[in-house]
Amino acid sequence: MSERTTDKEQDHVYERSMGSGPDLPNLDEVDLEPHEDGPEAGLWSDAWAVLRRNPLFIVSASLIVLFIVMALFPRLFTWFYPGEQNVEACSLSLSSNVPGQGRPSAEAWFGYDIQGCDYYLRVINGARISIFVGMFVTVGAVIVALTFGSIAGYYGKTIDALIARITDVWFAIPTILGAIVLLSVMGNRGVPQVSMVLIVLGWPSMLRLMRSSVLSTKEMDYVLASRALGARDRRLIIKHIIPNSIAPVIVYATIYVGVIISAEAALSFLGVGVQLPAISWGLMINTASARIINAPHLLFFPGLFLSITVFSFILMGDALRDALDPKLR
Amino acid sequence: MSTTVATGPAEVAGHTTDPDAPLLEVTDLRVEFRMRHGTVVANDSVSYALEAGETLAILGESGSGKSVSAQAIMGIIDSPPGFIAGGSVRYRGVELLTMPEKQRRTIRANHIAMIFQDALTALNPVFSVGFQIAEMYRVHQGVSKKEATEKAIELLDRVKIPAARERIDHYPHEFSGGMRQRVMIAMALALNPAVLIADEPTTALDVTVQAQVMQLLKELQQDTGMGLILITHDLGVVAEVADRVSVMYAGRIVETGSIQDIYERPRHPYTLGLMESLPSMDSRGTRLEPIPGSPPDLQNRPTGCAFHPRCRMARPRCATDDPPLLTIEGAGRSSACHYHEEVHLERG
Amino acid sequence: MSAVEIERTGHDFRESPDEPVLRVEGLVKHFPIRQGVVIKRQVGAVQAVDGVSFDLKQGETLGLVGESGCGKSTVARTLMRLQEPTAGKAFYKGRDIFDLGKGDLRRIRREIQMIFQDPYASLNPRMTVGDIVGEPWEIHPDVLPKAERRHRVGELLELVGLNPNHLNRYPHQFSGGQRQRVGVARALALNPSVIICDEPVSALDVSVQAQVVNLLEDIQDEFGLSYIFIAHDLSVVRHISDRVAVMYLGKIVEIGDADEIYNAPTHPYTQALLSAAPKPDPSARDDVNRIILEGDVPNPADPPSGCNFRTRCWKADDLCAREEPLLETHGVGGHPSACHYAELRSTDVA
Repeated sequence: MSERTTDKEQDHVYERSMGSGPDLPNLDEVDLEPHEDGPEAGLWSDAWAVLRRNPLFIVSASLIVLFIVMALFPRLFTWFYPGEQNVEACSLSLSSNVPGQGRPSAEAWFGYDIQGCDYYLRVINGARISIFVGMFVTVGAVIVALTFGSIAGYYGKTIDALIARITDVWFAIPTILGAIVLLSVMGNRGVPQVSMVLIVLGWPSMLRLMRSSVLSTKEMDYVLASRALGARDRRLIIKHIIPNSIAPVIVYATIYVGVIISAEAALSFLGVGVQLPAISWGLMINTASARIINAPHLLFFPGLFLSITVFSFILMGDALRDALDPKLR
Repeated sequence: MSTTVATGPAEVAGHTTDPDAPLLEVTDLRVEFRMRHGTVVANDSVSYALEAGETLAILGESGSGKSVSAQAIMGIIDSPPGFIAGGSVRYRGVELLTMPEKQRRTIRANHIAMIFQDALTALNPVFSVGFQIAEMYRVHQGVSKKEATEKAIELLDRVKIPAARERIDHYPHEFSGGMRQRVMIAMALALNPAVLIADEPTTALDVTVQAQVMQLLKELQQDTGMGLILITHDLGVVAEVADRVSVMYAGRIVETGSIQDIYERPRHPYTLGLMESLPSMDSRGTRLEPIPGSPPDLQNRPTGCAFHPRCRMARPRCATDDPPLLTIEGAGRSSACHYHEEVHLERG
Repeated sequence: MSAVEIERTGHDFRESPDEPVLRVEGLVKHFPIRQGVVIKRQVGAVQAVDGVSFDLKQGETLGLVGESGCGKSTVARTLMRLQEPTAGKAFYKGRDIFDLGKGDLRRIRREIQMIFQDPYASLNPRMTVGDIVGEPWEIHPDVLPKAERRHRVGELLELVGLNPNHLNRYPHQFSGGQRQRVGVARALALNPSVIICDEPVSALDVSVQAQVVNLLEDIQDEFGLSYIFIAHDLSVVRHISDRVAVMYLGKIVEIGDADEIYNAPTHPYTQALLSAAPKPDPSARDDVNRIILEGDVPNPADPPSGCNFRTRCWKADDLCAREEPLLETHGVGGHPSACHYAELRSTDVA
């Protein structure tokens, strides 16, 4: 399927040219060659080969890396910026609350906010909370899903019935509404609190996916073959079932990061997410929404960043699905 | 033998047929699948002709492209990635490949029909079989609902479905595998096609049911005089029903001939190898003589003769010169082997 | 030797020349059919296997033929304890496989291995061929020290006709026939004495089938293995088997030496099966003696009374509906056949 790398092949006795040159076949050895060349081609590396050639993946992956770097090291994006020496130095004289002032310009690309602080700095710094919450929640939900989804799918019977019913009940709780209720009774709301609440409410969909994937994988003959060898449940689950049922979960988890990022923004916008003075795109949009006529840039830039982030993850999820879809292999 | 094909010129989808032309003729068909990793030539210079009342078997293993020409005839190749890159398909002299899709549909329903290996996926699960058959009459012949249902019952009766009148309201999943295959045959024959293409019609069935279905196809062919193209990998099935055989390997026809010629005097080492690799039913026998290696991946088609890496007769020339399919021993008999005269000597 | 003594010997299984390696007695496997939304109650049972008994001798191949749904694969899976039997016993060298605890079962699994039908589904696509063939030793680490495993994997691959240098490749890089060889190598890793081959060549191309059949014969000769060879292809079974058991709807209807079954079948179903199989010989076409059965195999959840085959049998009468025929030797054929009217076909006599 991939490029031929016959010249690198390590074989000695078995090496023979399948159809190049006039040498005669040695019949005893004909079936020894795998019919595809390329020495190491696991399904994951095959998927990678597909991804590498997918422009959507290149674009989305670059954007995601950019946002993650932005979240981890915001200074990389701001150190050269005018006014960097004193980031917190805001001047009310530049406030965009004054009509016609604080608009995007050569000195301040994104303009100034109502405190007269440079808006570019704030938008860049806003990436951190979005990305962190998105990642934390997804990782948390995936851990819950992998553990209990595999157990439910693999063992079946009572334990499955129990987990499946709890999941169904939990699934019926509206995520955003539930988060609003839970968060509104919390006094101190930071990234850990918001993440916890979203994990607690968000795991069921992922678990259902994992469970159904495990259910179909555990019927495969290679699982039976390993059982016939006497393998214990632990080995079957870890070696055979999880590696072969995780692909759809990975695809979904990628998209889920985007979903959670918008959920965090929505919660912050509604005033039940992270609290000031934290810098979050949701909070920025909240502040900006009242001034949409006078200072539209306050809404535009965090909105743009938020949308691009969410879009990147969804795009990435699609690219992964194409690469991992067994029908295309 | 009665025949449904008109003897004089007739209208087919707005074209005038030539009564002297073969019922169905495929000439130099080339089908390519243009994939992400390169182009696969699934059919290369594939030619065959079918006459009314005749059974032509296309014999090949998986990946030989044996079903591709049938899909080209029906106009059901997935495109992209599949493209017909050359050749022609004529039905009574009328070219099908250049025909607009609307006319193709008329041909597909009324003149050339196809049945598949898997009847369960070929039938629509949400409609009863009676409805599905009656629908064909209503759409294509414009008969009333009641009349169409009567015709459907008649048809199910003809394919020997017991208690057809009661079973007409059943859904595909309520039938057993063999009965489903009969339903599919009934649907294919509803509009009296002149050509029936059967793609591995019995592969999914059990031996005893397989015999029933093949028997049914044979009888129906005798009744209607239709031409039958049987696509299969099963040498036993071919031996039972075919009049002529085209053997395919790696996207090309490597040997053609009458059924007796192919089985008694194969003129291509691949055909011979297939015969020899079959265990016998009559005696426990000695060691089997397999063809070494695996069928080639069409993306890495060997140079020269595609079979040479697996051929025990191969000589240096086979690795470089691509043998064309040449007529030998008179009409209808051809082989694509440089050394076809020697093949029978190999037989041990 | 008493049962108690056998118990004490642990995994030192009893071995004696005339004792069959495997003796199956009255194997029954019913799959319950349950209905109900909250409280599921059993409304019936699919009688997949219904009282199957046979012996397997050392170095012998027993062919198990029958059409889909006859229960032949269920026999294989219950013998491997991949499914728990409903009833019956299966003695491997004197010990009942169905009665073993977890530890003993693990030990006995080294002795009985299985080859699966679908070479695409039976190898984990995320593991390299080396890891697949070496997995048996991961599960039974005491069989082979870690340091020797890689080398032994290479030897096994070579034994089954694959390039030992390809152990880092993944299953999808191999053709169907090559994958089936990998499956054979995995089954051989623990030096079993019995291999259950569940349709091992059915999914392969004709030209490749013979390679795998030859391979199975070669390793049988080399290691003195016993095979249970399950297939629906009568000629392959004929080729490889010493003895053959024909199954219909969960029961063995006829069992005997391969020559007897193929040359002198006495059960109508065996006769029909042999007669219906398409023969690759155009001159045998339009055989007037060919039996074409009517109808389909009955639903195993609701088998007919008396003889299972009577709904499709041309000999059936009241007796067949009333009384189930026993699998016993009749005056003709010289081998057991479960038919009240067991007799040779007139065409077979000649």
